[in-house]
Amino acid sequence: MSAKKVIGKTAVLFFLMMLLTGFIYTMVMTGISQLLFRHQANGSIIEVDGVKYGSELLGQRFCDPSHLWGRIVLPDVSTYTDDEGNPLMYAWASNASPASDEQAYGEENYQDSYEAAVAERVEMIKAANPDAEMDAIPVELVTCSGSGLDPHISPAAAEYQVPRLAAENDMTEDEVREIIEKYTDGKFLGIFGEETVNVLEVNLALEGILE
Amino acid sequence: MEALIQYAVYLIILVGLAIPLGAYIGKVMDGEKVFLTPVLKPCEKLVYKIMRVKEEEDMTASKYILSAVSFNVIGFVVLFLILKFQNLLPFNPEHFDGQSWHLAFNTATSFMTNTNWQAYSAENPSGGLSYFSQFMGLTVQNFVSAACGIAVLFAVIRGFVRVKQKGIGNFWADLTRTVLYILIPLCIISTVVLVARGTVQTFRGYDKVQLLEPIALDEEGNIIEGALVDRETGVVTLDGEEITAAQIVREQVVPLGPGASQISMKQLGTNGGGFFGLNSTHPFENPDAFTNLFEMIYLLLIPVALCFTFGRNVHDKRQGVAIFLAMFIMLVASLGVCAVNEQNGTPQLAQNGAVAVDATELNGYSTAGGNMEGKETRFGIATSVTWATFTTAASNGSVNSMHDSYTPLGGLVPMLLMQLGEVVFGGVGCGLYGMLAFAILAVFIAGLMVGRTPEYLGKKIEPFEMKMAVLCCLATPLVILVGSGIATLLPSTTDSLNNIGAHGLSEILYAYSSAGGNNGSAFAGFNANTPFINVSIGLVMWGARFIPMITMLLIAGSMAKKKKVAVTAGTLSTCNGLFVFLLIFVVLLIGALSFFPALSLGPIAEYFQMLQ
Repeated sequence: MSAKKVIGKTAVLFFLMMLLTGFIYTMVMTGISQLLFRHQANGSIIEVDGVKYGSELLGQRFCDPSHLWGRIVLPDVSTYTDDEGNPLMYAWASNASPASDEQAYGEENYQDSYEAAVAERVEMIKAANPDAEMDAIPVELVTCSGSGLDPHISPAAAEYQVPRLAAENDMTEDEVREIIEKYTDGKFLGIFGEETVNVLEVNLALEGILE
Repeated sequence: MEALIQYAVYLIILVGLAIPLGAYIGKVMDGEKVFLTPVLKPCEKLVYKIMRVKEEEDMTASKYILSAVSFNVIGFVVLFLILKFQNLLPFNPEHFDGQSWHLAFNTATSFMTNTNWQAYSAENPSGGLSYFSQFMGLTVQNFVSAACGIAVLFAVIRGFVRVKQKGIGNFWADLTRTVLYILIPLCIISTVVLVARGTVQTFRGYDKVQLLEPIALDEEGNIIEGALVDRETGVVTLDGEEITAAQIVREQVVPLGPGASQISMKQLGTNGGGFFGLNSTHPFENPDAFTNLFEMIYLLLIPVALCFTFGRNVHDKRQGVAIFLAMFIMLVASLGVCAVNEQNGTPQLAQNGAVAVDATELNGYSTAGGNMEGKETRFGIATSVTWATFTTAASNGSVNSMHDSYTPLGGLVPMLLMQLGEVVFGGVGCGLYGMLAFAILAVFIAGLMVGRTPEYLGKKIEPFEMKMAVLCCLATPLVILVGSGIATLLPSTTDSLNNIGAHGLSEILYAYSSAGGNNGSAFAGFNANTPFINVSIGLVMWGARFIPMITMLLIAGSMAKKKKVAVTAGTLSTCNGLFVFLLIFVVLLIGALSFFPALSLGPIAEYFQMLQ
């Protein structure tokens, strides 16, 4: 068999594989997903009375004292716009080094150093939660997540904010805890991953949008 | 303690599944009957019929190389054209432009070589990907670049097994069988699981949702920190005072696409290219601990299984176990170092005790503690660290936490695993054939010590094999050091850095190590989308993929022609503890010593700065 013939047959194989693993496989999997798991396959959108209040899986930025706060979010409001040109929010990771104390390039979000940025977050959180019962701030509240859109915090990070949430929402602390517990997931099979509190769902419940 | 159980269970599940899969893959390689044969044999036959080839046809090493390399080059050209002209193709609901020539070159190279380095973010309009590019371009390369690596490994194994023969198998059949019998069935299972838990799989365009707290912007478009926006009235207040003339961001964008089907394959084939820019940290790629378990086990499953396939198909299971143990010991040691450093966090984060980095429980409520910068709450420290170690051991390169934000020594581990040449399990197929080159080197060094002609698996190792094995082992260090060396000397590279000083050097070194290991993970603060970096990293990937592939196929061709030598009392055993130790020693000797000077200026210097 000549080299040209070998390459010709190899090319046929490539296009067959392209058809199979690209087109057929993707179409069949999308069909199955849309049939069986329509909600999840389309972004797990929380829709109440026709309003899309967010995705169960995408974090938002919270700084209102009456809301549960999540991970530090660095909102990106310059990349996406809607059809009318209004900016849309998205977010990315910080990629900051937690040890480097030198000034970071680029992003305006950064302080002089990682240490200074965390110190500022600590001050802000302490000031907003004067009645917190924990001595130290749970680490989730002062760090940026990997996706930039982490929808969760740890149960400790939620509990830290309970006194503030109760006061701001005219609820008892136990009522707040009850809501948080409702939107807390345990570890998978009790072993894998971590316990998580879904921040957006807690806030929608605090506002009475989610029952 | 709980974390230790988690680490142990991950490793047990991995090995427990890999052993039976290894036997299954071994049967597929030899064309034996397996439980899927009745369903898939007709499909397989149809492929050969359309190609007009015979599946029994045996290829010489040179024909095998020609088929494998031309298959990759054709794939590269097709993918390059798709990416460059995606704006003219269907399935582009967000109307993304074609990629620039250098970005398309980099991306096409990256997916063809099984690296999946991403100099773009798929959902970012600048350089982003249409759905067509994703599923007809990238998903396809995810499958075939993995299948190609496995096919080449099959040929190399045959080279050791066959006696006085010219052929080392049929590339077309090896590739077809790998895709049909191994990759597609496993991908179907995982896609269904992933979607059930929330991974997206749709052709709808990006969605929009309301923000519960709209964001206020000043006239320059910067966020007004601390401003609160009333959702109904749109009134903006800062510390109780009303601000007029603020622009309000009311909605969040929700990126979608046919994700789960591609993500399953990116994990299984040690590809690792994210469907979204932030890879498996993104909740739409990896929504919870269950999907994470699936994705993480898939990540190392085939590379581990292939060790057992190797033992089975060279008719000496102990040979496979020896290679497995050498890899496994290095994996566990790396995992340990990374885990301790990440759980300890850094003084900069701990703020003299104001932040709870050393606790995993506060007032009876759980928290991850440790260095959570760049990590997701649902994964915490243990699951993030296990993934980071697996993904860099396995030349996968997908991430579920941002490696750029690791502590200095925690971040050194993934980097070193890539620099070792991706042989701690490594990529599907290529990791094991890379390790076999190190095994040849190890028996050679041992042979020198005892003064005997070195042998491996009953075949004499002669000058030709030695030359090829050395070339294979040195390919990775060479391309990484030359690439990062040139990049460091160019003044323009500093513009790409997210951090300066020692961590900046770590970012450069990581980028080229990732390309040289065909890994694809990144210290993602590094802005890689510039013409120089796109092209230089592309060239590094070509070298790191094809030098080992071609040299190992040449070794296989030469081995197949040789006769078997009898085992005597003087033969060096390649399946005892001594050989395992020797193999680890040789890997560390070449890998670690090549990189020690560079590492000491990057992560190690950074570690000492941190302690100051």
